[in-house]
Amino acid sequence: MSASGIRPGRRGRSVVTGIGVVAPTGIGAARHWESVLAGKSGIGRITRFDPTGYPVRVAGEVPGFRAGEQVPGRLVPQTDRFTHFALAAAEDALADAAADPATLPEYEMAVVTASSSGGTEFGQHEMENLYQQGSSWVGAYQSIAWFYAATTGQVSIRHGMRGPCGVICGEQAGGLDALGQSRRLLDTGSRLVLSGGTDASLCPYGLVAQLSTGHLSTEDDPARAYLPFDAAASGFVPGEGGAILVVENAEAARARGVPSYGELLGYAAGFDPTADGTAARHSVLVSVIHRALTDAGLTPDAVDMVFADASGVPAEDLAEARAITEVFGPGGVPVTAPKTLTGRLYAGGAALDVATALLALSAGVVPHTAGLGRPAPGCEIDLVLDRPRQTDPRTALVLARGHGGFTSALLVGAGDRPLRAQPA
Amino acid sequence: MTPADRRAVITGVGAVAPGGHGREAYWDLLTAGRTATRRISLFDPAGFRSRVAAECDFDPLAAGLTPQEVRRMDRAGQFAVVAAREAVADSGIELPGADPERVAVSIGSAVGCTTGLEEEYAVLSDGGRHWLVDHSYGVPHLYGHMVPSTLAVEVARQAGAEGPVALISTGCTSGLDAIGHAVQLIEEGTADVVLAGATDAPLSPITSACFDAIKATTANNDDPEHASRPFDGRRDGFVLGEGSAVMVIEELESARRRGATVYAEILGFAGRSNAFHMTGLKPDGREMAEAIRVALDRARLDPGDIDYINAHGSGTKQNDRHETAAFKRSLGQRAREVPISSIKSMIGHSLGAIGSLEIAACALALRHQVVPPTANLSTPDPECDLDYVPVTAREHRMDRVLSVGSGFGGFQTAMVLGRPSARHGEAA
Amino acid sequence: MPEFTLDDLRRILRASAGVDEQTDLDGDHFADTAFADLGYDSLALLELVNRIEREYGIQIPDGDLAHTQSPAEALAYVHTRLREARV
Repeated sequence: MSASGIRPGRRGRSVVTGIGVVAPTGIGAARHWESVLAGKSGIGRITRFDPTGYPVRVAGEVPGFRAGEQVPGRLVPQTDRFTHFALAAAEDALADAAADPATLPEYEMAVVTASSSGGTEFGQHEMENLYQQGSSWVGAYQSIAWFYAATTGQVSIRHGMRGPCGVICGEQAGGLDALGQSRRLLDTGSRLVLSGGTDASLCPYGLVAQLSTGHLSTEDDPARAYLPFDAAASGFVPGEGGAILVVENAEAARARGVPSYGELLGYAAGFDPTADGTAARHSVLVSVIHRALTDAGLTPDAVDMVFADASGVPAEDLAEARAITEVFGPGGVPVTAPKTLTGRLYAGGAALDVATALLALSAGVVPHTAGLGRPAPGCEIDLVLDRPRQTDPRTALVLARGHGGFTSALLVGAGDRPLRAQPA
Repeated sequence: MTPADRRAVITGVGAVAPGGHGREAYWDLLTAGRTATRRISLFDPAGFRSRVAAECDFDPLAAGLTPQEVRRMDRAGQFAVVAAREAVADSGIELPGADPERVAVSIGSAVGCTTGLEEEYAVLSDGGRHWLVDHSYGVPHLYGHMVPSTLAVEVARQAGAEGPVALISTGCTSGLDAIGHAVQLIEEGTADVVLAGATDAPLSPITSACFDAIKATTANNDDPEHASRPFDGRRDGFVLGEGSAVMVIEELESARRRGATVYAEILGFAGRSNAFHMTGLKPDGREMAEAIRVALDRARLDPGDIDYINAHGSGTKQNDRHETAAFKRSLGQRAREVPISSIKSMIGHSLGAIGSLEIAACALALRHQVVPPTANLSTPDPECDLDYVPVTAREHRMDRVLSVGSGFGGFQTAMVLGRPSARHGEAA
Repeated sequence: MPEFTLDDLRRILRASAGVDEQTDLDGDHFADTAFADLGYDSLALLELVNRIEREYGIQIPDGDLAHTQSPAEALAYVHTRLREARV
């Protein structure tokens, strides 16, 4: 065994046996998938606060999420909304996987989540208490609700998971990095990992901080605000929510007698040290895709669909389209971005994309990118528009890029859990 | 090469710590048993319950940052970049070298850029007056403060890294976990060089207030120099600190090929969670003991092989007793024989950063064969009845050392370092 | 000087630390049920202390309230502090 616990010659298979979703497209994997197939958008005018005075007024909010119903009562005032989402999604994912943590070895279960900005809204409230009233008005729960590890800690406590828990921050690429890390844990003695990410930074300070990147769309029409790869692209729409997945090693899942949505076949991460948002290079993404394929032992022709990062910022879209074209050839693979229905969910975005990809593999469908009109010049990709394609894809490549240069790719393959397709 | 053949070694150390500039000053402070705790000067602590901290006397321009870097980076980012530069210079490595994709970055931080985030909040909200903060006062780098990943980004840009870059945020074990992540990247073959470490600059009103609220920090405001008292019967909470250590961690063969000097090899690490309470610890130390046991197992070592333990030793009664129990539980008789110390007695508790500063201290201890002491340990807590090396540094023969961490969220991490060629089955 | 009743204690606990589904703060046995059995941990009691201190303008020394076991004991303790504050 090595210092990090890798056994010689061991690379187990990691499968996803449960999916929990809390997203603008709906709560629960089934509702989310229905929205994806129907092209039903969750983007609308911001309701969590009055956005009138801000240049960005639309976002993807989770509809009908009542923390009091979906989160243990004691935890509602003690944790931020991003943790509420994760607690609800984790509960769903475990139920979906028919996994009862109480029956599994405590040290062989772990939680690894992505966090982008922590308990943003909770933190704004407590800073307001501090600056308006004084230091003794800051509550005891600020110490455990604001920081980036809040979600992993609470989920591990809730389910008695005492293995090597972790938190990875890679902004919008973090969800893939957390899943990549879950696979490492399964190779070093863990058998079940709750992994993914959630985000809830739609509070005034969260939105205002996001404005500073200049990447948010100021378009007021929800249907026109987030149009990646489109000639009318104007940046992206922020959103909240995410997904938590149950990732198990294949033998453990088989021993439990549960089917899987699919397998994590390959993963790679890289970094673009020159990224500044205006001159995004495509070469780093090309390299990361190749490395993920190598990791999976596959060649580009084995990829049946690509879930694009789909920044919505024209220069970044162009760089991604060029990278996909360079690896797969012009129009060489169907490309889709169902995230146009949710906006970009920061720590939750890539995890939700993986959930969507697994649902698509189970349903044998390439979901479409709803709402786009005319592709931007130079984007020579086969973007799946208008309606889902019933092509029975067996593999999907999910791409994600995070602020500052994070670049990740995860390749997933179909499992043995069928999902009835319900095309719109 | 199999993962077991790819070994991770430390070839460069950089530190920004309270009490001096850089690695050498840091080691001098530790071995002198000097404390760097004082009344807080970075903000006015009047009205706060805890008003002492271990601050860095840090001048970013004098430390080599440009005016634009100073403006763009939060204090935690400035620390990390300065520490990373020192580490790279110390190791003599050229970065990114011929293959930037083989260069990775793994930085830990518990609270990220919250100091910068809070400063900007105070302006945008006009002193907390407006829930709907005023975006017209937003600075261009505001989002960089919102996301802790910025800290890893800044280090990665310094290195020109194109391999995996990660910001690990597991509360107060972030530093150990970030270094552990680096070891994984090297062993699995993803990277040959990783800039790894951690940074935190939590000395700001909001972070002080949140520890005040749970009475975790000391109220010993009248005697700041002696306020951090791990394992001492008169301790009353931890003393906040700040700083960063970054290390160059390389695959052993490639380090040898370029003739690098090796401080230490990372022989084993493991993390466990207590799944018990976000801040509370069970007195039995069970999960920390399990992390130690697994780290030793991965290093293929026995408790008797450990020559020194760098303790978490935060100076809360709960922690010190939890940890003492964990050592006894995992190491048996060896727990009573081996010197153990907490450098938080001198440099305070810098949250996520402290694990990296402790690993840097372990690397330096192995090189110099000196155990740094636990300062201020004059009247030991009878329940902490191990050799906690009071007050004075000790020359000591060390081949392999253990460092542990414990964090909010329930994280418990253990890491074993050895002198070059101190691995199991090799003559040390 | 404001009064401090069991209802105030319930109100503050609800607002600060929430209520578990299986816990009945309005039940007959609330006052004599241990905080731990009501689902309230050390952090919840710290937050309770912070809020009582702010709302009622009294100082509660570290650990004092944490040593009370139940709402009835906490109520008696706070009453004592309030009487002292009146003197």
